[in-house]
Amino acid sequence: MEHVFDHVTPYIGYVYPNETDVPWSQLIVIYPYITGLVAGAFVISSLYHVFNIKSFAPVSRFALLTALCFMIFAPTPLLFHLGQPTRAFNAVITPHWTSAMAAFGYVAGFYLCLLLLETWFAFRADIVAMSKVKTGIMGKVYGVLTLGSDDVSPHALAIDHKFARILSMIGIPSAMGLHGYVGFVFGSLKTREWWSSDLMPVIFLLSAVASGVGLLIVLYVIVSKFRKTPIIDETMRGLLYVLFAGITIVMVIEALELLEIFYKAREGVDTVKALIAGPIWVGMAIQWIMSVFVLAVTSGLLIFEVHGKRLVNWLFLCGLAIMVGVLAMRWNVVIGGQELSKTMKGLLTFYPEVFGRESLFVVGVISVCPYITLWLVTKLLPPWADGKKAVV
Amino acid sequence: MTTPDTQVEQDRAVMSRRNFLGFLGKGVACAGALVGAGGAVGAVVSERGNRAFQQNDEQYAEAVNNPPQVPDYNWNDHKWAIGVDTDRCIGCLRCMEACKMENSVQMDANHHRTWVERYVYLEGSNTAIVDSQSDPKNIENTGSETKFRFDNRYRNVKVDKAFFVPKLCNQCEHPSCVQVCPTGATFKAKDGPVLIDTTYCIGCQYCVQACPYGARSFNESRGTVDKCNWCYHRITKGLNPACVEVCPTGTRIFGDRNDPESPVSLFIRNNHVQVLKPEMGNAPNVFYKGTDKEVV
Ligand code: SF4
Ligand code: SF4
Repeated sequence: MEHVFDHVTPYIGYVYPNETDVPWSQLIVIYPYITGLVAGAFVISSLYHVFNIKSFAPVSRFALLTALCFMIFAPTPLLFHLGQPTRAFNAVITPHWTSAMAAFGYVAGFYLCLLLLETWFAFRADIVAMSKVKTGIMGKVYGVLTLGSDDVSPHALAIDHKFARILSMIGIPSAMGLHGYVGFVFGSLKTREWWSSDLMPVIFLLSAVASGVGLLIVLYVIVSKFRKTPIIDETMRGLLYVLFAGITIVMVIEALELLEIFYKAREGVDTVKALIAGPIWVGMAIQWIMSVFVLAVTSGLLIFEVHGKRLVNWLFLCGLAIMVGVLAMRWNVVIGGQELSKTMKGLLTFYPEVFGRESLFVVGVISVCPYITLWLVTKLLPPWADGKKAVV
Repeated sequence: MTTPDTQVEQDRAVMSRRNFLGFLGKGVACAGALVGAGGAVGAVVSERGNRAFQQNDEQYAEAVNNPPQVPDYNWNDHKWAIGVDTDRCIGCLRCMEACKMENSVQMDANHHRTWVERYVYLEGSNTAIVDSQSDPKNIENTGSETKFRFDNRYRNVKVDKAFFVPKLCNQCEHPSCVQVCPTGATFKAKDGPVLIDTTYCIGCQYCVQACPYGARSFNESRGTVDKCNWCYHRITKGLNPACVEVCPTGTRIFGDRNDPESPVSLFIRNNHVQVLKPEMGNAPNVFYKGTDKEVV
C-alpha cells in the first residue's frame, strides 16, 4: 500500500476525486477572523472619533492601534496559503476584475494606509512631545515619526483632530467594505451550497464587529489590570451596548440563513443536515453555545443594570466567549463549506495539519503576532489618557 | 524551406498569439506557456517512485521555458468540443492512465484531469451508489494508486442498472474558474479550451473552489493549479486528446464544431445530448449522451 491514505481527506458518500485535497485550509479560517477583529476594533474607535460618544474616549486610541496591528497581519495567512507567494503581486499588477479576489490588494492596502494616517494624526501631539523629552535613539525615532511637523499650537491640534475625524469617517465605510468584501469572496461562489448566500457579507460583517468588540473588552480589562488603572464603568457599559446589539443581529440573521436552507429544501438538503450533524457539529455547538451565552449574559447585564466589578467580570467572559464563538463560526463557514462536497452526495472531514507551511502551528504563530506588535506599539505610542482628558 | 504561403500562416499564428496577449491585457510572456506549461511532452519514469509518470523538474522547466511552437495553427479557425457516449463506457480507465502519463499529472488519488464514475442502482433502489476509481476500496483492491481499476464489489448483489460516466474539464463557455481568477492566469482560449498559465498562477486555488465539476486540482510540488486542457499541445497539432486516442470503445468523441462533418458535430446532431449541471450557467462544452438523473 502506498502513502495515499495519509493525505486523502476521509469522506463518506461520493465526492469528486479532486475534492479529497481540501483547497483552503485553517489559514483561510483565520484570515477573515483577523480582518473581522480589525473591523470591530475600528468601529469602536470611530464611535468616539466620529460620533463623539464620550464613553468610548478612554479606549478609542487603543482601539485604533489594535485595528492597525491586526491589519498589518491580515494578509499574512493568505501569503502562507498561496502556492506561489512570490507571485502574490501578480494580482495587483494585472488584476482580473471579474474576480472577487482581485481587489484584495487594493482594498487592504488602502485601508492600511488609512489606519496609518489616522494613527499619525491621533498621536502627533504625543509624538512631538516625546521627541522633545526623549534622548538617544528613541528621541531620534520620535523625531522621525513627527515627519518634520512639530507644531503643537491649539490651531495645529485642531487641524489634527479634524483630519483624524475625517479619516475615521472614511474608515467606517472602508472597514465595512473590507469585511463585507471578504464575505462576498465566499458568498459569490455559486458552486458551494454552504457559502452561496446573499446573507454571507452581512453575517461576516456583523460577526466581525461583535468579535472586534469582544477583543477590545478582553484587551482593555487585561491591560488595565496590568497597568493597575481603574476600568471605567461608562466605557464598559458602552461596550456592552455594542456587543449586545451585535450579537442579537448576528444570531437572528444566522438563524434566518439556516432556516432558509432548510425551508427551501433544495436538492442535497439532507447532505447539509448531515454536515451540521457530522463534520462540523463541534464547531456549530461551540458557535451557538457561545452566542447564546453572550446573548443571555449581556441581556442580564442590561436588565439588572449591573455595574462595577461584576460588570467587568461578566463582560470579560462575554468578550472571550464571542471571540471563541466567532472563530468557530469562521471555521464552520470556511471549512464546513468545503466539507460539503460539490456533488451534494458526500461529506469530507477535514483534519488540519499540525506542523508544516499550512498548519495549526503557523496559524498559532500568525495569531500571536498582532498581540505582540500591539504591545510594542503601545510602548511606542501610549494610547492611554490616564486621568487627563483624551487629546484627540 | 519557408514558402511564401507558410510564411503567411506563420505570421497569422504569431498574430493570433499577440491578440491573445492583448486580450489578456498584460505583457507577460505567456504565449509560450500556452502550449508548454500544460503539456508534459515526454512521459518519463522519474526517480520519485510514487510519481512514476511525472515530468522531472528539468523537463518541466524545459516545457515551460521552451515550449513547442505550432506555427501553422490558428485558434480562430476552430471550436473544439467533446462528446461522451456513456452507453459505451466499460470503465476500463485507459483514458485516465493515458492522461496521467501524457500530462504529467500527479499520480496519487487526489489529482485528476479526468476520471470515471461508476453509478450502480441496486435492485429496488431509487438512488445510485456512486464511486470513482479513487475510492479507497478500489485502491485497496489493486494495492496501488497508480493502477487504475474498479473493484468487483457488486458481484454478489442484485443490480438493477449500472453505468460509467467519464468526467473531464468541460471547457465551459462561461467558465466560473476564469471568472474568479484574480490574476488572469487562467483564461479561455479562442478555440474553446480554458488554459492555465502556470508561470503566472499564484496558487490561490480560488478557481478550484469555483469549478462546479471538481475538474481542478492543486499541484503542490509546483504550487500552481492543474486541470484538463483537452491535451492542447496535441489538438493544436491535429491530434486527438490522449483519452480520446486510447479509448477502446469510442466513448469519447472529439472534434471541431466549426466542421459540421466532424465526429463531434455528428454526435451532437444525431443524439439527444445533455450537459452536466446546466443550472450552474457554465454552458459546458462536453456533451453527454445517455446520462441519468443521478449523475452529478
Ligand atoms: S469544468 Fe471547471 S475548470 Fe473546466 S472550464 Fe468549467 S469551470 Fe473551469
Ligand atoms: S490558483 Fe492560479 S489559476 Fe487558479 S484562481 Fe488562483 S491564480 Fe488563477
